[in-house]
Order: sequence, then structure tokens, then C-alpha cells
Amino acid sequence: MGTILFELALTGYFAAAMIGIIELFRGGRESSRLMIVISAAGFILHTASILYRFFAGGHLPVASMHEAASFFAWCVVLIYFFLELRYKIGIMGSFILPLVLMLMLTSALLPRAIVPLSPVLRSHWLWIHTIFAFTSNAAFAVAFGVGTMYLMQEYYLKSKHVSGLFKRLPSLQVLDEINNKLINIGFPFLTMAIITGSLWAESAWGRFWSWDPKEVWSLITWFIYAVVLHLRLTSGWRKKRAAILSVIGFIAVMFTFIGVNFLFKSAHTFQ
Amino acid sequence: MNLFVIGLNHKTASVDIRERLAFSGAKLEEGLLALRQVRGLTEVALLSTCNRVEIYASAENIPEAVDAVTDFLAQFHSIGRTEFEKFLYMRKMSEAVRHVFRVASSLDSMIIGEPQILGQLKDAFEFALAKKTTGVVLNRLMKKAISTAKRVRTETRIAENAVSISFAAVELAKKIFTVLSGKSFMLLGAGEMAELAARHLLNNGVTDVRVANRTFDRACELANEFCGCAIRFEDFISSLVATDILICSTGAPSYVLFREQMLQIMKQRKHRPVFIIDISVPRNIDPEINKIDNVYLYNVDDLQEVVDTNILERKKEAARAETIIDEEVEKFSHWASTLDSVPVIVALRQKADDIKKEEIEKFRNRCPDLDQDKMEAVESLANAITNKLMHNPTIALRESAEDREMMTIVIKKLYGIDGDDDE
Repeated sequence: MGTILFELALTGYFAAAMIGIIELFRGGRESSRLMIVISAAGFILHTASILYRFFAGGHLPVASMHEAASFFAWCVVLIYFFLELRYKIGIMGSFILPLVLMLMLTSALLPRAIVPLSPVLRSHWLWIHTIFAFTSNAAFAVAFGVGTMYLMQEYYLKSKHVSGLFKRLPSLQVLDEINNKLINIGFPFLTMAIITGSLWAESAWGRFWSWDPKEVWSLITWFIYAVVLHLRLTSGWRKKRAAILSVIGFIAVMFTFIGVNFLFKSAHTFQ
Repeated sequence: MNLFVIGLNHKTASVDIRERLAFSGAKLEEGLLALRQVRGLTEVALLSTCNRVEIYASAENIPEAVDAVTDFLAQFHSIGRTEFEKFLYMRKMSEAVRHVFRVASSLDSMIIGEPQILGQLKDAFEFALAKKTTGVVLNRLMKKAISTAKRVRTETRIAENAVSISFAAVELAKKIFTVLSGKSFMLLGAGEMAELAARHLLNNGVTDVRVANRTFDRACELANEFCGCAIRFEDFISSLVATDILICSTGAPSYVLFREQMLQIMKQRKHRPVFIIDISVPRNIDPEINKIDNVYLYNVDDLQEVVDTNILERKKEAARAETIIDEEVEKFSHWASTLDSVPVIVALRQKADDIKKEEIEKFRNRCPDLDQDKMEAVESLANAITNKLMHNPTIALRESAEDREMMTIVIKKLYGIDGDDDE
């Protein structure tokens, strides 16, 4: 049952992402509406599949890489819908949904068995820590998409290339505003994830900080976004560079999320 | 439907012919009233703009009517037929409908998608309506032309992209700032194009306006006009710190703003974006400035290129508009063909009614002592029979599109309806 729901959600996201990609090259308003409707259907099924795993496993489904990637994707779609409702930028889906699809495909390729939670993870900290961590990651993921849109639109304006996608991308100011908001959400949530993580580590392992690779990379990510925020606040950070950093920052996010699990031995490695 | 259009436009005739055939001012009324007298025309409307002169009419015999209208044009404007006849185009029946719909939707305009023509066409038809020169066909044609034009406007993007340099500047500004309200604007120099662009920016909500000019008096004059404030030319660089949009159009022979200066300004602005439009020739602003982050510099050629791209895009949208027009022409032709069968239906119903009345009269004479109730029952019986008998032929005449002509002939023969009745 959970598997069927997951597969259906994946199919929905796949279709929506394909429409999104085609939309980049041609497309009109009709197809972006279709993209939103299909991804919304995917999202409902996805929510159901996560709820199913929650009740079947008895804990927040973030215990395996399969669950974590799927939950990550779910958070991204949730933020995407909030932004779409607020700003109504049809073309945004073309930049976000392929990312969602990639996360879902990563999830789909990994073992799907519901694993019991190891005793050390059975704690209320699981809820607090992971929700902060996933929300910040998802906000950064969307900021990456929006940052890419900004860089494209900026390129079009500078190079005076004003047909096609230029018309459908929103203004630089709007993209910068969204990017800014996302980092304003993502950064404090990442901070909280690191703090709650170390408190949890203290209660579970007796140490606040153990230079675990995941911890180190989270800190690197934290510094990248801290630079963006700092410069924005102090010297009126050049918007283009903020967009570039939000793209680079997300690469660090993805490395922390996926790379660390495969390259290093970490206390955060999923079973 | 015996509709036709005859006329000439910017594509078929040069301005020296168009102006000689134009009905401007009082001539429009005079021309329209004279047209009504032209033999063979049952309905007529007249459109005269700087780009086209067109006569929309309905007539029994189209070739004769066209000939008469051409004669009328020659006489009215005192111009020889041979001088303008070769520039005329004529469309009839559904092609005439298509022509009117295309004109209304601005597909036939010099700049595709420009909205003025719809208003002009509306005025022309309304004027004809007021002068009572139109009838059922032209009135409906006008209504449908307007609704078709609206469909084209909403279902395609034909009117969406700016096709003039001044509008292109506004459109680009919106891609940088989203909305222009609250943005500050500076006009450096003067000139028709610059002032037009300034006016468009103002209409779009730009609030804080500054004007700088080599001659301060001229600056004051323009500042007055744009409800802004005049500043001395020497001060314009320092004022750039508080300026989001700059239009530059001075007669200076060389650059008045250099990269180094702009870098300083950007630092002071905390890198808030600036949109600079340099429409002066020779250019007044160092093109290197475009390479600075958050500065967007467009010169007159860049804007022209934007306009050219947009015109190309409108042409693509025009192709989609044509399919909408196809549909609407189809609908109109269908309606018009039902109109053709109306006289036969009326005649047929009349015939049936006559027979019914005649027979009821005979019956009344044969049975004079029948009481009122019985008589009414007989009448309603007769009504029911005639109505039922007439029902199917009426429907068939109204709805069959392809073989209506044949059906009309058959019905006329079968029921012995005179040919004259369908006039």
C-alpha cells in the first residue's frame, strides 16, 4: 500500500517535471497550470504514503535514506506550493519539480523496508531535530531553484536576450525577494537543527560535538549562508552574488545530505 | 448572405492614393448618405482611417454593386477609376466576414495587435447604425467582429509585447523592478522619444522625477510638465545615487557618464539595481557600464532589437489568432445561411396558415349551428395538424447547411410557393 502510493506520487512528479522541462523550451500558461495540478495530485499521494509509513513504523519516516530523501522532496514541494500560492509564478515549477523528481528517484532506488529505529534515536529530539533540518534543507533547495532563475533572468537582461523564457520569468526584484525570504527561513532553521542536534548528541552520546562528517559539513553550509545573510544586512549585498551563493550553498546542502553518507562513516549514516 | 467588402489599405495603396480616397471629417457622413443611394445596396457601412478606406455592404447582385460602388468612389472623390481601381481589393460572402474579423482583431494592421483599429471600426459601424444605413446582417457582423477581436485578445498574446521603443523601456523596467510605483526616475536631456518614454514611466507609477538639462530653463520647463524637480546638469551624477531609472538623451558629442563614476555611485547605492536607457546618438553613456553588477544599460539599438523580437512574436501569435477567426467565420456563415432560409420558412408557414383559415371558414359555413365550444375545438384541431405538419420542414430548413439550397427549391415546388415570396 505504502509502495503503491509512493510509486503513484513518483509518477505524478515525473509527469509534472517533464511538463516543466518542456515548458522551459516552449509552453504557455495552459501547460504551467497543468504542471501545478499534476504535482498537487502527486503531493497528496506523497503525503498519504508518508502518513502510511508513519503509522506503520510508529515514528517519523526519516530512519532510512529512502525515507529521508522522500521526506526531503515532500518538504520541497510544500514550500514550492506556498510560494506558488503567494507569487503565482507558473514557470517556477520548471526549476523546482525536476529537483523534486531527482530526490524522489534517489529515494526510489534505495531499499524501502521499514526499519526499526535504533534505541539511541528513540527520542523526542528526533522530531525536533529532523523537522528543523529538513525544513532548512528544503528552503535552501527552493532557494537554489529561485537563484538559478535569478541568474538566468539576469543573464537575459544583461545580454539583451529578450524573447522566450525572459518573458515568462518574473522580475529580478521578485526573484531576489523570494530568495531572500527562503534564506531568512532556512538559515535560522539550520541553526536550530545544529543546536538541537548537539543537545541530542549530548543526551544520547554524552558529547555536544564530535566532529562527525555530517556535523562538519552542516557547519560549512551554515557558514556559507551566514556570509550571504551578513553581507545582505551590512553592505547591501549584490543580488547576483547572493543568487550565486544560494546555488553554491545548496551544493553543500546536498553533499551534507547525500555525499556524507556514501563517502564517510558517520553517526548520521542511515541503516 | 450577400455581403461584400471593397477597399484599399496600407498594403495595397500608397498614402497619396489613400488620402485622395479618404472620407475625413464631414465627408464621412456625406459619403455614407450618398452610398445609401447607390443602387443595389441593401446595407452599407463606411470605414475611413489613415491606413484604410473600406466599404462594407450587402447587395443582391454583388458584381453590379461593386461596380456601382467603384463608380461612386470615382465620382465622390473626383478621381479617375483607372487611377485607383488596381489598388482595390474585394472580398465577398464568408471571405468578407473573415476580412472584417481580421481587421477588427488587428491582424491586418500595420503593427499587428495594435488596438486602435477596433475602436475605429466600432465607431464606423455605430455611425452607420445611427444613420440607419445598416440592417440585420451588418449589425450582427459588427457585434461578432467585436467579440471575435476580444477573443483574439484574451486567447492569444498578440497584444502583450511592446512594439514601440518607449513601451519596450517600460516593459524592461518591469522585468527589473516588478512595479514602477515608488521608483525614482531621471530624465537627462530632452527629445521626443525620451519624453514619450518618460510619460509612459509616469503613467506606470514612477513617482520621484528629476530633470537635468544643459539649459536650466528647459529643465524647469520639462520638470513642470512631469511634476518633478529640475536639477543642474553638473549635479546629475550625484543625483544618480537616488535614481532607479535614468533616460539619457542629450546632444553631447561624447560620453557624459563613465564606468569609474558609475562604480562609485553603485557603491553609494548599496548596489540597488539601476536601469539606464541611453537613446542619444552618439551614445552618451559608456557601454562598459553594462558590465557592472546590477546596472542594466540599453541603448537605442538594443531597444529597437527588443521591439523587433516582439513584433516577430506577435506574428507567431497571429497564426493562432487565424484559427480563432476561422471558427468565428464558420459560426457567422452558419447564422447567415439560416437567414437565407427564413423567407421560405415564413412563406411556408403563411401558406399553411392560409389553408387552415380557408378550411375552417368552409367548415363554419357548412355547419353554422355549431356552438362556440365545438367550434374552438375544431380550430385547435386544425392548428395542431398544421403545426405538426410544418414542424419537420421548418427544422430541416433551419438546420441543414449543405443542401439548403436544394431543399428550398424542393419545398417551394412541393408546396407551390411562388418564387417571389422569398424576397
